[in-house]
Amino acid sequence: MPSLGKSLGVRAALLSLLIFAAIVALWQIAAQPVAGSGPAVDPEYAKLVGAAAATGAKSAMPTPADIGAAIWKHLADPFYVRGSNDKGIGVQLAYSLGRVLLGFGLAALVAVPLGFVIGMSPLVYRALDPFIQILKPVSPLAWMPLALYTIKDSAISSIFVIFICSVWPMLINTAFGVASVRREWLNVARTLEVGPLRTAFKVILPAAAPTIMTGMRISIGIAWLVIVAAEMLVGGTGIGYFVWNEWNNLSIANIVTAILLIGLVGLLLDQALARLAKLVTYPE
Amino acid sequence: MFEDPFDPKSLLARCSCGGDHRAADHGRLTTKAVPSPAGEEGQWNRVVDAAVLRATFPVDAQRRQFLRTVGSATALAALSSVFPLAAAREAFAQGGAPEKKDLKVGFIPITCATPIIMAHPMGFYSKQGLNVEVVKTAGWAVVRDKSLAKEYDAAHMLSPMPLAISLGVGSNPVPWTMPAIENINGQAITLAMKHKDKRNPKDWKGFRFAVPFDYSMHNYLLRYYVAEHGLDPDKDISIRSVPPPEMVANLRADNLDGYLGPDPFNQRAVYDGVGFIHLLTKELWDGHPCCAFAVSKEFASQNPNSYRALLKAIIDATAFASKLDNRKEIAKAIAPQNYLNQPETVLEQILTGTYADGLGGVKKDPNRIDFDPFPWNQFAVWILTQMKRWGQLKGDVDYAKVAADVYLATDTAGMMKEMGLTPPDPSKKTIVVMGKTFDPAKPDEYVKSFAIRRT
Repeated sequence: MPSLGKSLGVRAALLSLLIFAAIVALWQIAAQPVAGSGPAVDPEYAKLVGAAAATGAKSAMPTPADIGAAIWKHLADPFYVRGSNDKGIGVQLAYSLGRVLLGFGLAALVAVPLGFVIGMSPLVYRALDPFIQILKPVSPLAWMPLALYTIKDSAISSIFVIFICSVWPMLINTAFGVASVRREWLNVARTLEVGPLRTAFKVILPAAAPTIMTGMRISIGIAWLVIVAAEMLVGGTGIGYFVWNEWNNLSIANIVTAILLIGLVGLLLDQALARLAKLVTYPE
Repeated sequence: MFEDPFDPKSLLARCSCGGDHRAADHGRLTTKAVPSPAGEEGQWNRVVDAAVLRATFPVDAQRRQFLRTVGSATALAALSSVFPLAAAREAFAQGGAPEKKDLKVGFIPITCATPIIMAHPMGFYSKQGLNVEVVKTAGWAVVRDKSLAKEYDAAHMLSPMPLAISLGVGSNPVPWTMPAIENINGQAITLAMKHKDKRNPKDWKGFRFAVPFDYSMHNYLLRYYVAEHGLDPDKDISIRSVPPPEMVANLRADNLDGYLGPDPFNQRAVYDGVGFIHLLTKELWDGHPCCAFAVSKEFASQNPNSYRALLKAIIDATAFASKLDNRKEIAKAIAPQNYLNQPETVLEQILTGTYADGLGGVKKDPNRIDFDPFPWNQFAVWILTQMKRWGQLKGDVDYAKVAADVYLATDTAGMMKEMGLTPPDPSKKTIVVMGKTFDPAKPDEYVKSFAIRRT
């Protein structure tokens, strides 16, 4: 029933808007500066401290309006470069995306072939399983010192960290997808005397493709999560560095801007892979 | 600072004003500034002239006699005719061509790094023919690792770090050197607002404190301070290592009771109404070193000219920063996002020493932070005694040798002389910490003299 579907969509959108408005309103109320109860301060002192401290209070959370202004400021001029430590938010996002795509691409290059081997051979699967299980849950931040220490290059280190964190879901999903290709299809291929390489590309790969794509989708999500943490640690460039630099300045409005943009880019990456996944799915 | 070498009264070593101080201190100690000859260029020229004059007339009395007889203009003309002064001036200004012109210098965004940072926007590096990129870095461990990985040619470090790296404490031993201190003083103990009435450290049992790094003057001074008040820093309070920018956020979140940290984060806590300044570290030890300019031994020996040019830029910038009159201009230069990323007023309060204390008072202390490049070996020995005291350093240490290997007082003195500055006598440094005098000749006795210690 298309009419019901449509009205559901409209109602969902309305509800989303309502929730958004409620959040903004609550935020605005919560962020109202509290009148300080501290001692009245002389004007000379008030000039030296922030507005909140002058009334004896702590500096307040920025209001949604402040955040809107910050977002506007960043989006109005996203690609400026004013010195090596001061670049526009668009430039920072581009650096982060570049790192993520490079690390993710390398991970795919390693994980898919290796996953194939693991999936086709139960022996290798069992032999490598303990390593995979132990290394998979390790946090990116735990890898970082080791990477910096051994690779001795911070740019490559952050790419390595992306690589090592995004390789596991792809590896496991590829192995699983390859291992669970239906026996009959392989038997048919064998009956028709198809060579092993041809079987791999013409039968196994298309059959496992949806599972592999799911692994990639999980991986890119993880890679995008990891990059922020890695850049906060290493610094220099990227959206993670931007967050860290604004943290230095306790500038919450700029940090919220970055959070929203990180979420948006993450969504786009996820959607892009979802589209790709749709291309390779097949009805059974 | 740079006297006219053609002045017959000039001694070329002691201060020309006749006062009982070094020429380098003249500006600081007398209110009437020495008339500076036509800007920076003129200063360098005078340095060269002085060197040539000194070489021509090694005996002071003879030179003065000569200058008195013929007059300075004639002397200058006469000397120029036999010695190519102009060429010498030029040669000095250029030095040997730097082997490596494009350098990367890492820094942590704190006011201690002022000379390293300001040398970029204010042109101290480019004056030495260097193209330096100053790179903001997230924490001390990352600075150390990036320096060890040769990603940075030189870096802003905490003054105990080159010692720790050279000794292999907390990392692999790599010969590291520290040709210049950045700042002296300039740190503070900041406490959360709720501890307004707990000003006596004896009431601090159970407090959670932060310092920027294990191998930092902050750590040693905080430990020293609470231990002098009878608290064991390892048992009665907890001290964790937290990157400076995160200190204010943690204090605000009530995750810390206080910290002994670098500025701007003490003043920033006041600015945001989160904490107050309990005391300045200057009150514990007036003139203590804090941060340093450090390079690997390898870089210095492979690129001697780049190293010299870099050191010259740093000494030059440090001398500029040590003048109170320049501080406002410096605050403006280092406040932007590219450098410290802080409100200008916060930096100005730190650098000028007229600051809000967080309790409603305005305090004035022009020596809140000062800049002095000379790497006294006594500083290193004191730091080593504290490393020993708190168990970071095990076994016997040849204090004097390590100090001399890492803190390059001789190099710095030579460079200062070349620049026309008068280096201090390296043996004359008295260190008094909380009223107790330190004798660098007896480090082991010093360690043993403390009741609370880990050895």
